Parts: sequence; structure tokens; C-alpha cells
Amino acid sequence: MLRYALKRLLSLTLSLAIASLVIFAVIEVAPGDPASFMLGVNAQPDTLAALRAELGLDVPKTERYLTWVGGMLTGDFGTSYTYRTPVSQMIADRMWVSLPLALYALTLSTLIAFPAGIYAASRRGKPGDIAVMGATQLGVAVPNFWFAMMLVLIFAINLRWFNAGGFAGWDKGFGAAMQSLTLPAIALALPQAAILARVMRSALLDVLGEDFMRTARAKGLSHRQALWRHGLRNALIPVLTIIGLQFSFLLAGSIIIEQVFYLPGLGRLVFQAISSRDLIVVESVVMLLVFAVIMVNFVVDLAYAAVDPRLRSRT
Amino acid sequence: MGHAFKHTFRTALALSVSLLATQAFAKSDITVAMQLEPPHLDPTSAAAQAIDSVVYTNVFEGLTRFMGDGAIVPGLAESWEISDDGTVYTFKLHDGVTFHDGTSMDAEDVKFSLDRARAEDSANAQKALFAGITDVEVVDPLTVKVTLSEPNGNFLFNMAWGDAVIVAPESIDNIKTNPIGTGAFKFSGWVQGDKIDLERNADYWGKQPALEKATFKFISDPTAAFAAVMAEDVDVFSGFPAPENLPQFEADPRFQVLVGSTEGETILSTNNKQPPFDDVRVRQALAHAIDRQAIVDGAMFGYGTPIGTHFAPHHPAYVDLTANSAYDPEKAKALLAEAGFADGFETTLHLPPPSYARRGGEIIAAQLAQVGIKAEITNVEWAQWLETVFRGKNFGLTIVSHTEPMDIGIYARPEYYFQYDNPAFQELMTTLNSTTDPEERTKLLGQAQTMISEDYVNGYLFQLAALSVAKAGVQGLWVNAPTAANDLTAVSWAE
Repeated sequence: MLRYALKRLLSLTLSLAIASLVIFAVIEVAPGDPASFMLGVNAQPDTLAALRAELGLDVPKTERYLTWVGGMLTGDFGTSYTYRTPVSQMIADRMWVSLPLALYALTLSTLIAFPAGIYAASRRGKPGDIAVMGATQLGVAVPNFWFAMMLVLIFAINLRWFNAGGFAGWDKGFGAAMQSLTLPAIALALPQAAILARVMRSALLDVLGEDFMRTARAKGLSHRQALWRHGLRNALIPVLTIIGLQFSFLLAGSIIIEQVFYLPGLGRLVFQAISSRDLIVVESVVMLLVFAVIMVNFVVDLAYAAVDPRLRSRT
Repeated sequence: MGHAFKHTFRTALALSVSLLATQAFAKSDITVAMQLEPPHLDPTSAAAQAIDSVVYTNVFEGLTRFMGDGAIVPGLAESWEISDDGTVYTFKLHDGVTFHDGTSMDAEDVKFSLDRARAEDSANAQKALFAGITDVEVVDPLTVKVTLSEPNGNFLFNMAWGDAVIVAPESIDNIKTNPIGTGAFKFSGWVQGDKIDLERNADYWGKQPALEKATFKFISDPTAAFAAVMAEDVDVFSGFPAPENLPQFEADPRFQVLVGSTEGETILSTNNKQPPFDDVRVRQALAHAIDRQAIVDGAMFGYGTPIGTHFAPHHPAYVDLTANSAYDPEKAKALLAEAGFADGFETTLHLPPPSYARRGGEIIAAQLAQVGIKAEITNVEWAQWLETVFRGKNFGLTIVSHTEPMDIGIYARPEYYFQYDNPAFQELMTTLNSTTDPEERTKLLGQAQTMISEDYVNGYLFQLAALSVAKAGVQGLWVNAPTAANDLTAVSWAE
């Protein structure tokens, strides 16, 4: 087990090293100079040179790469070119919006998907199943920003139950903060719930065909009892894998939703940083997201090994 | 009984009247939304207009200042004297002005600010504004003497820019995140990505503003902007990004739409060094191939004034030269044939993100195709535009709005990205800069406008409109935008 874990750890370290190189190379290659973006069209050459020196943009790229990676290893993500505040501070601030939003959306999506998936599987082929599957088809097809716009139109502009966007801030209380995250969370959750419900349904249907389910029925359990006691637990494995994937997606992929609801989250930070060529912010946030995904995979790998002894001897 | 009733009634009436009164007085805060968030809050070290849009006249003030109608009036300097040869300006400063941190504002601060802006390692984005200054001398705490190398008719105008505001050496180190100025509002907080809060400065030297608190919110998406105004989450949207929605707000009694003028000459910028644009006949053909009104209608939903030169129509010295570039595709074709391009030619058209460029570009490309010019559209981000078009000069055509006030002087810089090199124009600008007589200046400005119009340096399209939406009760907002600003010092709620 230890050997296996060490091997996984080595591959994790390699993945991170390669990711950091690719991220740095790709972002630095994109045309556009942060200094001329900040100083605009009337800037004089000596002013530009002074700013480039101040930002540390005049040192060779390899040196900048090493400083960046070295800094990250010690938890120092550098200083934003445009905002002039530490990148780690900016990420931490934005995290307080993006992380709760992702968790909120994930909770909603699970709360919708589980009953829907179970209901559809237990009524396979019947009108109830067809209705749920039709709805999920729609949920998968319609982009979340369209949902977002519809929600704003109905609940913010017409009914005035919610603000059209913005974040109240945690200092205004839990309720107020959660209220400002509700519409975005619903918009994010609906398409995810549709996918999850479909996975839930097909996983359950797979399990229902297994031998142990027949045994359970033979023991005298009703169809519903067998489904709840034995079916659900076994169907959860693929569902949890999807939930894990969705969490990374929700954390990294809410850029558009954060734009529509003008939330000060990570996605919006990356969006602004890209257009102003705040390279260090883009690099660090992307690296952080890559790190999160790789860590999730590492934990999943370890969990698999714990569950399935065969994996430990394989490399 | 009757008496008691009357008394109760009177009390109730008084109570409800006072309630009404407090309600009417209660609204002393405002939420102003704009599209772009400032990167930081130091107007003296970045070009981002979003910085000025928050802090200009609210937090920071200069020796002189812009008013909403474009007039230059005294700011921190209550008066000044100009020497007979026009090279020495002696400013008399207001007495009793303090910065928000309690330190006093005096001649030393003025000297510090001007010297910092013109220093060798200065990070000022408009360093040229200070180029003529040879010396700044503190005469006494309230008098400062600025010496110029030669007379500069624009000097008081230059000192009104956001890039020339007065800052203090005591607070300069943290100015980017904690701006300390002399203005009527103090900076009170910034949630990055979301909002900036200002509050009334009780120690302000001038007239106290009506507002106690102001919040700037940043909403970049046009659909979100529309929703935020409709849901009344914001009181004002300054620089509303979706002109197609304005008629809807105009029809709604809850809102008012403010349509004004900006300093933004929107032009089809042309690379004068790149063949075939080095031929004036080709550039003239471009001018006649463009239907300006169709672009204003199609790209800006009718908001914007067609122009025929690089000058703001609301300026007193403006000369209407749109006739020089009248829409005439037949004439354009004839000119192209004369220049040897009877079958047209191919070129590139770089379009930065604003909708005037992206939407306008599509229309222009279609209009150019009518006369045989095939313009290949490339959409670029600002950073890319600055690198490829502005610095690299690697382009044929591009659309951009030149938003700096009174920037006709860029035509005297042969290395400037559209690369117009005309010694006669350069000489004209030198004469203009050293002329202080207003009448003579107007005459010279007219000549300059005519010269670039008849040289068809660029395709002159339209003057960008300043479009804002506000709740019906908001009064005192700037309608025009002589410089990037949301001056809140005179804003109040109608009772």
C-alpha cells in the first residue's frame, strides 16, 4: 500500500511540474504586454520601461518561471500586476464566493437528481420515467447562462424576490449571503442535476439486473425494499465519481454564471485578469485549479486502492 | 372628547408628516454601476479610465478641474497669475484644505505631485501633460510657481486631468489600495471584483455634498447591466453598455436616460504608411465608401454624432467637415480606379472588444465590399490590439474611439500608430501650443481640423455618445463626459 501511495505521489508531482510548465508557456506566449495595457495609448517609452522594470517583466522568462514556481512552493503566489495586491490574498477572497457557490449548487443538484433518478429507475418505461427523462434531456441541452437569464427575468425583475446579481458579503449575515447565491446556484445546479439524474437512473438499472438483487427479491423483499436497501448503495459508486467531477467543474466552470450575476468569484477574477494580461494571476489561479483536480484524483486513486486490493499490486 | 380627538388627530398628522419628511430626507446614499472595475485607485499611474470614473473630483482634486459642460474652473488653486510671456504660472492655493488623513494640503504637496509626475522614473500614463514644466517652486505654503520652457495654451486644461491631481508624500505608498485625497468623499472600502465604497468627507474645504455614501458597483455583462437596472439594484448605470435597451428605459417612468457627448472620436484608423493607404486617393475613397449614419444607427442604435474630422462637435472651435467625407460609393470607386485599384484590394480590419468596434466593423466591412475593398475582420482583445496594432503598427484598418480630450495633437506625431507624417501639420501644432490668445487658437484649431480632414488621414466616423440610465429621482449627474468621471459632489435625490 505504501509503495502504491508513493508511486501515485510521484506521478502527482510530475503532473504538477508539467502542468506548471504548460500553463506558464501558453500564457506567456499569448500576445499582449501587461505594462502597455495599464498605461494605455499615450504612454511614453521610458514610462513603459519603468513600469516593466517595476513589475519584474524585464527579467528573462526562465528566471521568472523559476521565481513563480519557487514562490508557489512556499505559498507565495506573487503580486498581481494590475491590482498590486498579493495573488494569494485575492484568491482567498474570491474563494469565499466561489467555494460556497459550488457547494450550494452541488447540494441542490444532488437533492434534485437523487429523487428524480431513483423515481425514474423504479418506474422504468412508464410515463413517470419518460417525463423525468424528457426533463433531464432538456436540462442537459439548455446552457446554464440561459437558465440564469430566465431566473433573473422572473425572480429579480418581475417578482423582485431576489437581487438581479451581486454578492451581499458574509459580513451581512449568512442568510443575506446565501440569498445572493441562490439564483446562481440554481442556474448552475439544473444542468448538473439533469446529468446526475441520468447517471443515477442508469446506474440503478444496471444494479437492478445483478444477481444479488435477484437474491434479495427471492428472500422476500419487495421491489422497492430491494431497491432502497441493496440497489442504491451499489449504484452510488459511479454516481459519486460523477459528483466529484462535477465539483471541479462547478468550481472552475462558473465563469459565465459569475459574469451574469456579477459575483466577485474566482471565475470573474480569471476573466478580468486575462483581458488585462495580469499573467501572474491567471497562471496562479489556473495552477491552483489544476492542483485541486489532481489532488481529488490522487485521493480517489487511494480510495480505490483501499477498496480494491487488486489495484495495490498493479502499478 | 372632541378636544381629545382633535389633539390625537393633530399628533397623528404631525407624526405622519414628520415620517414623510424623514423618508424624503432618508435617501442620502447612491449606488452607481459601471462596466469596468479599476485595477487600482491611483489616477496618476495608469491609463484605465475606470480609475478616474471613481475617484476624479470625488476623492482626488487637481489645481484646476473639469465641469460637466467641459469648462475648466479653479480646483485646489483658487486663482492664478500668468506672466506676460506665458511661461510662469503662479497658483494661489485654497486655505485650510486637508487630506483625508488629516495632513494639510499646501504648496509642498503641489510641488511633490508635479515633480513626481514629470520625473524620469514616473509611471504617469499622460507624462506629456507635464513635459513643458522646467521648475516648480514653493513660494510660501499657499503659493506655488510653475515655470514652463515655452508658453503652453493648454496648461490649465492639462492640470485639470485626473493624471494631474494633487497627492501627498505621506500617503503615496499605499495610494493604489487606500487613496488619500482632498475631495468631498473619502475612500471607505473595496471588495475587489464587486464594489468600492465612498463616504462624505465632513472636513471638506468646499461645499458639502448632499450624499453621505456612494457605492460603485462593477457589472461588465450587458445583459446583467440591464437586469440590475430593471430590478432597481443600482440607482445609476454610468456608461450603459446596451444602447438597444435604452428606449425601454425611456418609456419607463421609474427611469431617466441621459444622452450626452464624450471626447471619444470614433475613427476607422488607417495605416498611412502601408500601401495602398499611403495614397491619399485610396484614403479618400474609404471616406466616401462609408455611410456614417448607417453605422451610428446600426451599431449604436442611433446614439452618436457623425464627424468629418478628429474633433469633438460640442467644442466651440469645432468645424463641421462631414461634407468632405459624404457617402458616395460611385465617387469612391472612381477614386480607387484612378489610384489603380479598379478591381479593389484586400486588407485587414482589427476590431477591439467594444460594441462600437465589433458591430461597426461588420457594417463597415460590408460597405467597403460595395466598392470592391475586401476587409478581413480579426477580433482582438485590448491587450492584443495594443501589441499588434498600436505598438506593432501591423494592421491595415482598425476601429477605435480616441477618448482623450483635445487629442488632435496625435496627428503631429509621425511615429503614432496611424503614421501620419505631415510637416505642415506638425508646424501648425507647434504654433498652436505656443499660442494663448483664445481667438487665435480657435482659428488654428479650425485649420488643423481642415487639414487632416482633407488629407483623409483616417475614416472619421462619429462622436461616441455618453449613455447613462438613472432612477428618476437622481439629479445633478453629468450628462456629458468631458473627461472620465462620475462627479457626485453635486448629485442629490429629488424630494
